[in-house]
Amino acid sequence: MADRTVTRAHLTEAVYQEVGLSRNESADLVESVLEKISSTLSGGEGVKISSFGSFGVRMKGERIGRNPKTGEEVIITPRRVVVFRPSHVLKNRINSSLGEAATRRAT
Amino acid sequence: MTKSELIAYIAEKNPHLFHRDVERIVATLFDEISAALAAGDRVELRGFGAFSVKRRDARIGRNPRTGETVRVEEKHIPYFKTGKELRERLNGKR
Repeated sequence: MADRTVTRAHLTEAVYQEVGLSRNESADLVESVLEKISSTLSGGEGVKISSFGSFGVRMKGERIGRNPKTGEEVIITPRRVVVFRPSHVLKNRINSSLGEAATRRAT
Repeated sequence: MTKSELIAYIAEKNPHLFHRDVERIVATLFDEISAALAAGDRVELRGFGAFSVKRRDARIGRNPRTGETVRVEEKHIPYFKTGKELRERLNGKR
């Protein structure tokens, strides 16, 4: 298993290779896709990408937390969080490639 | 918002691009993330979030209806951690 970290630069390169726009414009397009997803979620609306997964927004109520360093109790204010639910297509794709790697390791 | 609505929005913002090219751009982006995860790699998009793969060990599960024990194989699940900027935007900090 390669432990690589893929970044915006890799996504831009892939778009550049695939569509043949300039690297600059490819970077701008990658950014506008991420920005549109972010603004939609900030507006409280979910985003569904078929065969990849869906992003939703969930409300979390107030709760009492503890500062792990000082042991002090603090009130954690209500907040909105993003939840990602991977699609079956993505889960299957990951498990068929990594599952096989695990089987090879075991034998 | 669905993938096709996202594509429609990007196409509208970029009238010089063919609609099918915008479809390819959006598909390439998510396919690249999927491929990275399938290779066991991590995808880090600053300000947006990071995708990674977590391993769930094999375990003995139970069918809740019949009480029957079943062996659940080791599996990998994709995981998303929201980026700092997006987390703050969601909570009105900017």
